Amino acid sequence: MSDKNVTKQEQQQPTEPVATILPDVDVWEDAAVITLIADLPGVSNKGLNVRVDNDTLLIDGDASLDIPEGMEAVYAELRTPHFRRSFALSRELDTARIDAKLKDGVLTVTIPKAEAAKPHRIEVRSG
Amino acid sequence: MFTTLTGFPGSLFDELDRIQREMDMSFGERGLPSSIRAAAGRGFPPLNVGATPEAMEVFVFVPGVHPSGLEITLDKGVLTIAGTRDNGIPEAGERLDVYKRERFHGAFKRVISLSEDVDPAQVKADYRDGVLRITAPRREKAQPQRIEVK
Repeated sequence: MSDKNVTKQEQQQPTEPVATILPDVDVWEDAAVITLIADLPGVSNKGLNVRVDNDTLLIDGDASLDIPEGMEAVYAELRTPHFRRSFALSRELDTARIDAKLKDGVLTVTIPKAEAAKPHRIEVRSG
Repeated sequence: MFTTLTGFPGSLFDELDRIQREMDMSFGERGLPSSIRAAAGRGFPPLNVGATPEAMEVFVFVPGVHPSGLEITLDKGVLTIAGTRDNGIPEAGERLDVYKRERFHGAFKRVISLSEDVDPAQVKADYRDGVLRITAPRREKAQPQRIEVK
């Protein structure tokens, strides 16, 4: 038992903190699906990593800019190319049917709700 | 390592930077009066400016717009980028709940002063993955030239 614990600790290597930016998002929900749109300028499919498990949606994007050699920075409002943001999901979202699309730096993620969770009319029996 | 990949200085304080940016927008430039024409230095879309001996480079981070909807002009060294962006949220319907609306939508305009030696006729613009890159080459005679000593 104690051997197992020691192995686990060895595997957890401390990672270097990387400066990241929270991308701006729009999130809305209708009867069937929840939609999230994130601004990820400079991120292409290569630099994008979207992960989902039952509880969390993680968006991880690395922007790549074509910087000419020898360029000197004069003014910078966006200082790091790493975008990262995560969201807690609720159980009624059907994460197996998640869809993600990236176009022109805009990521659109849609997660449908599980059938049973969709609002449906409850029949009231009389008598 | 990542800072050298992008060429722009990075900082671990970028999150505080973002919060400060939002507070600046709510409370004005730290509450003190500034020039009537002073640019807030913030706003949508964010931009980065770099310089090489041959040109000035401007990176405008504006995802989700169609390049034909962007209006880019350069006049007397002043570069203006204008356009509009729709965020695609459907009209409030029967069962629509909007939880977050952080992305900028609507008309935007950024104005930056480039150095006077850029040549408007040679400006090139390229839009890829939501980044508009504007290259403004300097006029030929403005580039540093070696002077021969006879």
